[in-house]
Amino acid sequence: MRLSTLLLALCLSLGGLGFIPAARAEIEVDVNKGDVKPLPIAIPGFGGDRGAEISQVIASNLERSGLFAPLDPKGFAEQNLQIAIQPQFALWKAINAQALVNGQVTVEGGRLRVDFRLWDVFSEQQLLGLQFTSTPENWRRIAHKISDAVYERMTGEKGYFDTRVVFVAETGGRLNRTKTLAIMDQDGANPSYLSDGKAIVMSPRFSSNSQEITFMSLRPEGSSIYLFNLETARRESLGEFPGMVFAPRFSPDGGKVAFAVERAGNSDIYVMDLQSRQARRLTSDPAIDTSPSFSPDGGRLVFNSDRGGAPQLYVMNGDGTSAARISFGTGRYTSPVWSPAGDFIAFTKQTGNTFHIGVMRPDGSDERLLTSSYLDDSPTWAPNGRVLMFSRETPGGPSRLWTVDITGRILRPAPYPGSGSDPAWSPLLN
Amino acid sequence: MIFAARTSLRLTLVAVAALSMAACGSRPKPQLQTPTPPQETPVQRPAQPAYQPPAPRPPIEQGPLAGSTQDFVIKAGDLVYFDVDQYDIRPDAVATLKAQAGWLTRYPAVQIRIEGNADERGTREYNLSLGSRRANSVRDFLVSQGVAPSRISTVSYGKEKPIDPGTDEAAYERNRNAHTALTSGAR
Repeated sequence: MRLSTLLLALCLSLGGLGFIPAARAEIEVDVNKGDVKPLPIAIPGFGGDRGAEISQVIASNLERSGLFAPLDPKGFAEQNLQIAIQPQFALWKAINAQALVNGQVTVEGGRLRVDFRLWDVFSEQQLLGLQFTSTPENWRRIAHKISDAVYERMTGEKGYFDTRVVFVAETGGRLNRTKTLAIMDQDGANPSYLSDGKAIVMSPRFSSNSQEITFMSLRPEGSSIYLFNLETARRESLGEFPGMVFAPRFSPDGGKVAFAVERAGNSDIYVMDLQSRQARRLTSDPAIDTSPSFSPDGGRLVFNSDRGGAPQLYVMNGDGTSAARISFGTGRYTSPVWSPAGDFIAFTKQTGNTFHIGVMRPDGSDERLLTSSYLDDSPTWAPNGRVLMFSRETPGGPSRLWTVDITGRILRPAPYPGSGSDPAWSPLLN
Repeated sequence: MIFAARTSLRLTLVAVAALSMAACGSRPKPQLQTPTPPQETPVQRPAQPAYQPPAPRPPIEQGPLAGSTQDFVIKAGDLVYFDVDQYDIRPDAVATLKAQAGWLTRYPAVQIRIEGNADERGTREYNLSLGSRRANSVRDFLVSQGVAPSRISTVSYGKEKPIDPGTDEAAYERNRNAHTALTSGAR
C-alpha cells in the first residue's frame, strides 16, 4: 500500500462520475485495486505548548473525513520527534503508518508558531514542511489549517477544515420548538448563538467573505430576510415585501442575494443588488418557484419549481431567461444547491416515504442518491465541493446534522451534539 | 323558579328537624333494677318522612361569549384540512369556511389571519410556499363569500407549527391545515 492508495481510492470513487483530480495527474490509477480503506496516518503529539491538543484536532479532522485512519499513539515506538531531524522510518513502517505528521509549537513574543512536516513513511520523503503563526488563542485554527494542508497534499483536493457552519439550533418539543440561529466551527467547537429564539429562523447562508450571513425570520406578522455581520453583530433587514419572503442565498461574489417572494399564494424568485437594494423579478410563473442557488460563476441559478405539476429542479440564466428543467427521475426534487466546485448540484429527493440527499450534473445527468432516510433535507456543500452537510430526522425524533461525502460512502453524524437543522457551510476562512 | 324550589326544600328540612327533636323528648327513661347483663334493646327511631327529591332544577346554559374566539371556534371551526401537496378547498372544508364567512359577517369588527401549514413530509423551503398557497386558498374562498379582503392577512408557517406531534398519516393530515386566527375585534 502506498500513499497513492488514497488518491487511487478517491479517483476510483469519483471515476464513476467521470471525475479525475487534475492536480495529481502523475499518479497512476490502478483500476484493479478497488481498495478504499482509509489511509493509516501517525500524528504524534507536537512538541511545545498546546502541541498535544493541536495533534488531536488534526487527527480528529482527518479521521472524520473518512479518508484517513489516525493510528493509536500508544503504539508509537519513536518518541519526542524533532522537527529538524528525520524520523526513524523503520519504526513507523513497523506499525504500517503510511504517513507521518510531526510538529513543534514555539511561543515567540506572545505569538504561537507551529512548524510541521508531513512524511511519506515508505518512500522516506518529506511531502510538506510548513509554518503557521498566530495569536495563542487561535491554536485551533492553526490545527485546522495544518489539517487542510495535509488533506490537500494527500488527496489533490482543497481541504475544508478551517471553516465554520451556521445552522438553526433547535430546542423544545415538537409542538413548541424554539429555533435559534447558531454558529460553530466545522468540528463542533466554539458554538454560539446569533439570535434570541423568539422568532422562527430558517435558511441561514454564508456570504463568500465568510463574515456575513443572510437568513429568514418568521413571525405571525410575516417573514423578513436579513443580513447579519458576524464581526459587528449588526443585523439589517433587506426591506419590506408585499408577501412572505424566504429562501435567501448570496451570489458567489457576495454582491447579490437571490430569494423567493410570495404574493397571493404564488412564490417567485427575485434577486437583489446589495449596493442599490434594487430587487429584480426573475420568474413569473403561477407555480411555486423557490430555493434559488447560484452557479459558482454567478451566471446561472438552479431553483425549485412545481410548474410541471410536481416539484422539480430547473436551471435559468442570471436574468431569468431560458429556464429549463434538469431533473427527470421519479420523485419530488427540492432544495437544490450548486456546488462551489461547479461540477454538481445537490438536492433533496422524496420517493414515496423516503427522503434522499443526491447529486446530479448541472445538466441533470449522472444523478446519484447519496443517502436514504425518513427525512433528509437542506444539503450544504463544504467549500471543496466533495462533502455535504445536511439535516436528518427520525420519526418523531429531533433533527440532527450529518455529513456525507460525494460518493455516499462516508456518512456520519456531524460533530454537534444537539438538535440542529438548516446547516450552511462557510467558505475556507482567510 | 330556582328561588322557589330552594325555599320549599329548606322548609322541608326544618320540618324534619322538628319531628326528630319531638321524638327524642318522648324516649322512655331507663329503670334502676337488679343488675342484669346489659341487653341490647333496639333503639326506637322515629319514623321519618320519606325523602322528597327537590323539584327538578332547570339546567344553566353555558356558552362562549357571542363574538368571541371560542364562539368562532364552536360555531364555525377554525381549521380546514388539505390533501397531500394540494391547496384546493376540499368539499368537507366548504361548510366550515361558509360558517366562518357567516360568523365574520355578523362580527364585522373582527380581523383575521389565515395561517397555512404543511406536514413534515416535505422540505422546509418548499413547504413554506405550499403553506402560503393554502392560506391564500382560504382567503380567496372567504372573499368570495363576502368577507372584505382588508380584514384578512395570511402567513405560512410551512412545517414549523404542527398541531399533532405524531408521525402517522392521521397526524400528517391534521398538520396539513389552514388555521383562521382572530387577530383583533373579537370579544
